[in-house]
Amino acid sequence: MSEDKKITKEQVKHLAWLARIKITDSEESKYAEEMGEILKYFRKLDEVDTEGVEPTHHVVDVVNVMREDEPEIKPAENILKIVPAKKDRFIKAPRIV
Amino acid sequence: MSRILELSASELVSKIRTQEITAEEYVNKCYERIKEVEDRIHAFITLTENIALEKAQEIDSRIRRNEKVGTLSGIAVAIKDNICINDVRTTCASKMLENFIPPYDATVIQRLKSQDAILIGKTNMDEFAMGTSTEHSQFGPTHNPHDLDRVPGGSSGGSAASVAALETTISLGSDTGGSVRCPASFCGIVGMKPTYGLISRYGLIAYANSLEQISPIARNVADLALLTECIAGQDNKDSTSIDSGTQNLKNCLVDDVSGVKIGVPEELFGIGTDEVVSKAVWEAISKLEGLGATFSKIKLESLEYALASYYIIAMSEASSNLARYDGLRYGLRLDDENYDWSTAYSRNRDVGFGAEVKRRIMLGTFALSAGYYNEYYLKAQRVRTLIRQELSKAFKDFDLIIGPTMPILPFRLGEKLLDPLEMYMCDVDTVIANLAGIPAISVPCSSSQGLPIGVQMMAPALREDVLIKVAFSLEQHLKPDLELKV
Amino acid sequence: MVETTELKVKIGLEVHCQLTNLKSKLFCSCSSDYRQSPPNTHVCPVCMGTPGSLPVLNRKAVEDAILIALALNMQISNKTIFYRKNYFYPDMPKNFQISQYDRAGGIPIAKNGSKKLEVEKIVHISRLQIEEDPGKISYEGTIETSKSAFVDYNRAGIALVEIVTEPDINSPKEARIFLQKIRSIMEHLGVSSGELEGSMRCDANISIQGGTRVEVKNISSFKEVERALNFEITRQKNLLRTGHRIGQETRHWDEARRVTISLRVKEEEEDYRYFPEADLVPLSISEEEIERQKNSMPELPEGHMQRLMTQYDISRQNAMTLIDNKALAEFFEESAVNYSHPDLLGNWIVGDLLSYLYEMDIELKDAKLMPRDLVKMLELIDDGTISGKIGKELLKEMLISGKSPDEIINQKEMRRISDSEYLNQLTEEIFSSNPQAVKDAIKDPKAVRFLIGQLMKKTGGKADPQLANNLVNEKLKTSKT
Ligand SMILES: [Zn+2]
Repeated sequence: MSEDKKITKEQVKHLAWLARIKITDSEESKYAEEMGEILKYFRKLDEVDTEGVEPTHHVVDVVNVMREDEPEIKPAENILKIVPAKKDRFIKAPRIV
Repeated sequence: MSRILELSASELVSKIRTQEITAEEYVNKCYERIKEVEDRIHAFITLTENIALEKAQEIDSRIRRNEKVGTLSGIAVAIKDNICINDVRTTCASKMLENFIPPYDATVIQRLKSQDAILIGKTNMDEFAMGTSTEHSQFGPTHNPHDLDRVPGGSSGGSAASVAALETTISLGSDTGGSVRCPASFCGIVGMKPTYGLISRYGLIAYANSLEQISPIARNVADLALLTECIAGQDNKDSTSIDSGTQNLKNCLVDDVSGVKIGVPEELFGIGTDEVVSKAVWEAISKLEGLGATFSKIKLESLEYALASYYIIAMSEASSNLARYDGLRYGLRLDDENYDWSTAYSRNRDVGFGAEVKRRIMLGTFALSAGYYNEYYLKAQRVRTLIRQELSKAFKDFDLIIGPTMPILPFRLGEKLLDPLEMYMCDVDTVIANLAGIPAISVPCSSSQGLPIGVQMMAPALREDVLIKVAFSLEQHLKPDLELKV
Repeated sequence: MVETTELKVKIGLEVHCQLTNLKSKLFCSCSSDYRQSPPNTHVCPVCMGTPGSLPVLNRKAVEDAILIALALNMQISNKTIFYRKNYFYPDMPKNFQISQYDRAGGIPIAKNGSKKLEVEKIVHISRLQIEEDPGKISYEGTIETSKSAFVDYNRAGIALVEIVTEPDINSPKEARIFLQKIRSIMEHLGVSSGELEGSMRCDANISIQGGTRVEVKNISSFKEVERALNFEITRQKNLLRTGHRIGQETRHWDEARRVTISLRVKEEEEDYRYFPEADLVPLSISEEEIERQKNSMPELPEGHMQRLMTQYDISRQNAMTLIDNKALAEFFEESAVNYSHPDLLGNWIVGDLLSYLYEMDIELKDAKLMPRDLVKMLELIDDGTISGKIGKELLKEMLISGKSPDEIINQKEMRRISDSEYLNQLTEEIFSSNPQAVKDAIKDPKAVRFLIGQLMKKTGGKADPQLANNLVNEKLKTSKT
């Protein structure tokens, strides 16, 4: 979309699927318009020459933070307690196909 | 309203320790105040009165028995509702987590508990910390204690408003792009985003994990320093946390700014900056000059691109961080007997998330998607590098960079709600520190028609000491004319 | 119509090995010993993706990965970072997987390695990366019919390495050999045990000359790989032969039905949106660390093979087969200590033992055979107590029951019959009931074998062969006159 800054309804639909957010047909054009506006602003970055500039992925200069391989026994009950749907100790998920 | 509530944390600690007042008495006063003003302020989502009173009684009895108590013994701390407290509902102001009970304590909560602080309640915020006004809360907005028709700022609006309105003494917020400095500025109090890594993020529900820090809020600089020291420090549970080094913030509480070199980038006073704000900030700078500091106007050209860079990165990270809310392991789950997993997920997330959260997830998904990753996400991270480089160059010549916290005065509820981009623009001066990982503080410096104005100062990484020192001086010499409306 | 028999096949593999020598998971301290545990008992906020939790890298996983990289002749990156692979699925606690892929030109922990297969064949390895395993889903009935899915996150967060090859493999058999070698290396390094269920899995991409790349996922053990690839290649060749096109797709290996099936029911194309994981700091691997791991490197399959050949004087072929399965090689060495003919021992293990295990579809550790019992069995053959043929039966019985050879021999009366009076009596019976055969044998010495065979048959193979031979020939001499 280097030339045309618009975002299409089809794109909105695909993004909604990738993000698993239900969007109705009528919402698609509203999203397309709003997102288009904001993305247009983001393209302000096109003005900046970033040739040869490394991206910042980590803002602190720390490397090699690791833990030792020591297992810890922790009760899982408080974690299971907050699961909305269970069967025995399994977490129940909707059908796959 | 009781005079006790106006006392600073350090005054309260010594009065409680000497049994001049009891922690229980003080905590009861906090809740009395909360009950008196909450229908107008709405700073809290959940109150933890029983737990708080029990803890207060325990501290009192330990003091009576002459046992050792912590540095925050008996002090009420309000906690933003995106920081996990074991067994206390933590909602992120979202329907998605309306009934979420964390099975563990955030590291900062463990530290507060071990210093005998009293967790008084969970505060209102923009849903998942996405906002600048606390209007994007699924539990309704918080109101500014200095003008109930106006927003308190966001996203930590509840944490700031509760401190300003004397419902609590100090509080914790989180700051991803200004979420603590903005409401501190709008509510006329002090808020500081520390260096990235200074405070463990373990237990902070992520919005944008490369940018955010749990951040202290207080009514004065000394309390802010006290709270910061209590929660800072390396944590084995957060790989990005770092050792605070040799900083001793309490020793910085001296009124002396002689020799401090200040840089004032013109980009921080750009288009859209309210003239009363510019004027107030320049007055603060003049005041510092009068006290022995020196300043120079500078140009930091990359700052113009900070806002776009910030929003692209924050939204990208958010789209991934919020993917876990599918309804299986915790959180909102609709009846899904007739749906396959994918449809069920989409329905849970449609109902569970508010409009602004969905908007940011969609934009973040876009910025990371095939074909757009280089142009948006990666480009933003490269611009971030340029901003960091330009700032670190500036910090070779200056101890501090000063400008407004917010370009405008607190706005009216609903005023910017319909235009997301206009709302985003409010963060133009605060996002810089998050992109660079450096500390930044907002201190009240003036007021206009009873509305607070904050000045923002930024320092190099791990130089919170400089911020505290200069903020303390400003506090001694500037007394903005402010009045609570509750 | 396309002539399909000569079409060239290209196979690339993505091999996933759990680092089973780790005691805890990759990013949290939950115990990794989950296989016998009830569902969702080895879970914590980190591996359940509970809001607010953060990952912390297991040091041992990195050390393992360095060892593997060295063993596969790979270049180890001095700096590498972790990435998030974003996609939704119910076995994913965070709906992203922490991995090391980077489309922006970054680097995995190691790259550019190779593994030589038997002859002149080299498989190039493009990358090695550390990543986390997802949880496990089970169903009531099949995936298609189950009204709900049931998720167990005990496996979620277990440390994996992924080994990605170039499409250098040209047949299912080569794929099997390659995977055997990988397994052997993992086991020699002591980092991953192929004996544990689901510890070594793989995805394959297959393209046939004139076709398109097809990915086959969910091959849950190395054993299944050859089967899955054979099926898929036949399927694709049939399509080409009948003039059909092969579309680019992802297929699923259905182990129960032994077919690959298309699971592309979804209407949209997946986009993993890889981007850096900011919750983990970069990994910087120094020369010293690599040196340290080099020095702690245990004996690798190649060295092991050479040592077996020189130390025990066994054939190259046998040594090679033995080291392909480290447990088997160890079994050999434990037995060889107490036995005077290691070459014979080698033949037995590589030949009969291995084929029985294959027949029974079990791992050596699941068989109940003890080295000392195998040695005892061979000694019984050597001293003539049993025949070699009985030995084979005995071995099978030992594998199943775990009993000692003596015990089985006594129980089943397998002892060799050297009672000449009894055998003579049987010989007479055979001669009188087979007059024509006797006549033939008198004329043609080759036909004698039939009579000896009859005697062996009557004794269930237990007659002392030398004695049986003598008795029959003597009886023939008397019959001539
Ligand atoms: Zn765990």
